[in-house]
Amino acid sequence: MSAPLIVGVLVAAGVFLLLRPGQLRLVLGFVLLGHAVNVVLLAAGGLRRREAAVDGAGPETVDPLPQAFVLTAIVITFGITIHLLALLRRRRRGRGQRKPEEEEA
Amino acid sequence: MSTLLVLPVAVPLLAAGLLLALPRRPALRRGVALAGTAAVLAVGVVLLATTRDGAVPVLRVGDWPAVVAITLAADPLSALLVTVTAAVVLACLVAAGGTGDDRDPAFLPLALVLSAGAYGAFLTTDLFNLFVLIEVMLVPSYVLLGLAGGPGRAGAGRVYVATNLLGSTILLTGVGLLYGVTGTVGLADLAGAGRQVPAAAVAGGVVLLALALKCAFVPLHDWLPRTYPTASPVVVALFSGLLTKVGLYAVIRVYAVLYGGDPAYHPLLVAVALASMVVGVLGAVGAGSMRRVLAFHMVSQIGYVLLGLALFTAASLAAAIFYLAQYVLVKAALFLCAAVVRASRGTDRLSRLGGLAAARPLLALAFGAAALSLAGLPPFAGFLAKFLVLRAADDVGDRLAMTVAILVSLVTLLSMLKIWGAVFWGEPPRPAVPGRRARAGAALVGPPLALSACALLLGPLGGPLLHVADEAAAGLLEPAGYVRAVTGR
Repeated sequence: MSAPLIVGVLVAAGVFLLLRPGQLRLVLGFVLLGHAVNVVLLAAGGLRRREAAVDGAGPETVDPLPQAFVLTAIVITFGITIHLLALLRRRRRGRGQRKPEEEEA
Repeated sequence: MSTLLVLPVAVPLLAAGLLLALPRRPALRRGVALAGTAAVLAVGVVLLATTRDGAVPVLRVGDWPAVVAITLAADPLSALLVTVTAAVVLACLVAAGGTGDDRDPAFLPLALVLSAGAYGAFLTTDLFNLFVLIEVMLVPSYVLLGLAGGPGRAGAGRVYVATNLLGSTILLTGVGLLYGVTGTVGLADLAGAGRQVPAAAVAGGVVLLALALKCAFVPLHDWLPRTYPTASPVVVALFSGLLTKVGLYAVIRVYAVLYGGDPAYHPLLVAVALASMVVGVLGAVGAGSMRRVLAFHMVSQIGYVLLGLALFTAASLAAAIFYLAQYVLVKAALFLCAAVVRASRGTDRLSRLGGLAAARPLLALAFGAAALSLAGLPPFAGFLAKFLVLRAADDVGDRLAMTVAILVSLVTLLSMLKIWGAVFWGEPPRPAVPGRRARAGAALVGPPLALSACALLLGPLGGPLLHVADEAAAGLLEPAGYVRAVTGR
């Protein structure tokens, strides 16, 4: 029962932050949404079986595939979060010294 | 033979890595990037020849067992899209050398990583790897969008990143839900699941929703015309050939394999297709720069492909695939023409241009051919593609779809004439805008001219492409061969 609750709270908070003005809130909103998806992925493998899937498979071993999914997803979310924060920082620094450009799109 | 399948992903990635290590010698860097892409094009042609008789080469990378291996497979649809995409990437890289876009040291490596993700997405058989490869494609695009763009690109970049990030989050949720419901993310194992298990149909719907956002179907289209026109035209040409087309490919594949073209969703898909056509083309008529007009047409043209998918007969699927292949070439030609205009006149706003037909006859020729093909006039490939879609709609008796498709192509012609009149006819603006980069080399006009020539030749000589499209449609309609090859059962 805890997984749906966690997902629900994370998605609600994430969407709330996305809809607020300000780019930092956008970044934080996506971080929360990313966590929500990670919990969905873990829950997809079943939460009852908790034995580590290191050596052979028993009735209680977890499904290792969703964990691998989550690991990949975490890496991707991490990279994109850093990119978004870098964009934010560049914009803050570049404010007020915008060069005149030759056209508008 | 099947080891070839890893090359379209591996070669561009290796070339991108090499470019980061290479010294800043432009000719050498261009050579490496072009050679890598040409190698992928060659592999694509070999794959097309291999899959011609319905064979499906499959590669489990590293020979791991099927559950954990990264499985790559090529059926006629994948092979065709890899080939066409590689041709577009090649044209864009040559054009980037002409416009000077590739002077930024990040451009070539990013473009190569972007293309590697696209090829991988066409070849993967696994929804989770599809998600990863789409991310591999999107992350360089976040950076490319901001390179050498116009003003307003910071805001556009924010909209672009946020939209695609939201799409990726929804896509990953959908994949996770599918795994939770069915215990697999392999497309071949999921064949028909959307028809048999209602929960799988819902989870697949989440995947399709995310893909629809990435393809910019109406009503999820608004981000595309807002963001693409702020980027450099060569970058937009690359995006138009790769990003939305990967989404479209994934929609076709998932709907065909997972749902088996379930007719219950037919009205919804037709409605989305017709709305995309109409909304996109009306936006194009009102837009004020070449890039904006063309970006709105991306929304509109995708509707035709979706209409072919929605009808889900052998003829309509073949029409959709033929349409997709020729449209990628034509659209890249048009954006590259916009790149030449911008490189020689410093802008692509319609109100500040004129008289280019006299100054640049070859460019006018390339643009004219591609524009007529986009509008669907004979003898170009666009006519054949639209005719096939209309005939498929007629077979089903969908008069409304036929009427809308014909009216939309008339309005498409109107908006192309608008560009033609503003950019190529009339007097050059006074005072004449001096060309920022006055050199008009073959590298600049050559790529759009070559792509337009393809659009012309694929009309009267479109038989082989049509044959491939028929094969691909048969594979989608009856995925048993694909499933057997991939699962090995």
